[in-house]
Amino acid sequence: MVTYLLRRLLLSIPPLLGITFVTFLVSHTLPTDMVLINLGDRATQNPELVEAFRRKWGLDRPFLMQYLVYLGHLLRGDLGISIATNRPVLAELWLSLPMTVELATLAMAVAVLVGVGLGVLAAVSRDRVVDYLARALAATGLALPTFWFAILLLLAFYFRLGWAPPPGRLDAGLAPPEAVTGMYLVDSLLRGNVALFVEALAHLILPAAVLATVAVSFITRITRASMLEVLDREYVRVARAKGMPERRVIIRHALRNALIPIITVSGTLYAQLMSGTVMTETIFSLPGLGRYAVSSAGSLDFPAVMGVAFVVGVIYIVINLAVDVLYVFVNPRIRYA
Amino acid sequence: MNDSGLRRRRSSGRLRRRAGLTLGLVLVAVWVAAAVLAPLLSPAGPFDQQMEQSFRPPSRAHPFGTDDLGRDVLARVLYGGRITLTLGAGVVAVGSALGLAVGAASGFVGGWTDEVLMRATEVIMAFPSIILAMAIAVALGPGIVNAGLAMVLVWWPPYARLVRGEVLAVKQMEYVEASVALGQTPFGVLWRAILPNVSSSVIVLVTVDLGGAIITGAGLSFLGLGAVPPSPEWGAMVNAGKELYQQWWVATFPGLAMFMVVLGFNFLGDGVRDLLGPGRA
Repeated sequence: MVTYLLRRLLLSIPPLLGITFVTFLVSHTLPTDMVLINLGDRATQNPELVEAFRRKWGLDRPFLMQYLVYLGHLLRGDLGISIATNRPVLAELWLSLPMTVELATLAMAVAVLVGVGLGVLAAVSRDRVVDYLARALAATGLALPTFWFAILLLLAFYFRLGWAPPPGRLDAGLAPPEAVTGMYLVDSLLRGNVALFVEALAHLILPAAVLATVAVSFITRITRASMLEVLDREYVRVARAKGMPERRVIIRHALRNALIPIITVSGTLYAQLMSGTVMTETIFSLPGLGRYAVSSAGSLDFPAVMGVAFVVGVIYIVINLAVDVLYVFVNPRIRYA
Repeated sequence: MNDSGLRRRRSSGRLRRRAGLTLGLVLVAVWVAAAVLAPLLSPAGPFDQQMEQSFRPPSRAHPFGTDDLGRDVLARVLYGGRITLTLGAGVVAVGSALGLAVGAASGFVGGWTDEVLMRATEVIMAFPSIILAMAIAVALGPGIVNAGLAMVLVWWPPYARLVRGEVLAVKQMEYVEASVALGQTPFGVLWRAILPNVSSSVIVLVTVDLGGAIITGAGLSFLGLGAVPPSPEWGAMVNAGKELYQQWWVATFPGLAMFMVVLGFNFLGDGVRDLLGPGRA
């Protein structure tokens, strides 16, 4: 297992390098003038500043050297300076990441529970009403533009019915919990502040519902398909023939063996949620990675947007790694020597 | 299960598939027709302002209401389809062509070409498409063409992967060998013997893909990186109405149009996949 983990870690280095190369390509070749884009009009007037910037990023050197310089900065955690705030991009990303992780994880937990449940239900009652309903629901969820759905939910549950709190992370006037992880749900519990936990959770319910809806559709579909395949297998027939209760057959024998594709899809979805929060965070005024990306894009804050792209790329690779490791636990037949 | 039961299940499946395909076709046809015929159907021009008529709720005169400048929302939704649908279709068309070229080169030539192209494909796929598209769109500057370009740059990899796999499989077929033996040039073999047999899976992916491309394109406009006001693009229109809780119709109707079209494309895609797809029941 340990050797497998090590090898898998080594294997994630090439894609990581690939990601750095893409962000480098986009940031160094796409904008016509990197100096102008990064320093802005005013600073470009100052030849010393321009010279310093060109030296820092090695712009006076050949292309490949520029990439190595860029890599060197990345390794030291230097993602550049935000044009809009003049602060290091990495520091800003650290501030917004917890919010996104919190939201995406909550949404993912709900989506897996509901999606697997619906998928199993649909597969067991194939071609009956429950199956049709589950599939119609999945088809609808896939077609919903998240940004529109989010607005509709706010319109209904906040504005019309008043059941949900207004957009934002907490009600105005409430102090956030003392930062440990930066995730309000975790931090408030660590401090034993249940009221604050409930408050923070209430603000996350609608945005998490938006994110979960799309994910539920995917998970329902793959669970149904995977279950249908497994339910046809001989060992399921044998389990039934032994007189095992149907519940046990479905959960212990069928679902367990249907899990691999479900985990694969869920892993990809979880990674996508981390960036899919772009729309949701914007609409619900949640200060996460997505909103940071959007507001940076709005002010053409190029280093900041590239920083987000890099971090999310890294998250993708980490989650893929986690999924591969999870396979081994779910299916002992998958062994990595 | 006895024979008649099996047959019944199969035919009910076929019926359902046909129902989905039909529903999808109808939804897509309605909105494509609406976009094409916008000048004929529309009660007003998409830019016609009537300031004294601003924020009117849906009524007989304005079925979808009016926006902040007194523009007819129905007219803008009809004309908006032209932009949103063209962007989605354009991205899929160019993206699939690019992916086809990369995938065909990779699978047909093999060796180092294959290695390099596939590693590049994987790297692009490792990125979340919306973030990478945003980054490119920011670098290029806002605008509908730039948004389309940014999307194409992140849209081709799944096609390249699919086509490469198919080309590798088809390459082993006897008719390809025959084509080589007949003295076709390598390009001729690829063009005449291999690609026609890859096309059906590309068509399937294209139809399944269209809905997502429409949502992503509109999403870029929603974020202010695609179509810019006063352009009647659906995503931009939803953005314009996003904080108008009293005037719910401003954001609701363009979004509803998008939802219906995408639902239509998804049903259509599923239907086409069942018809053409490899061995899926």
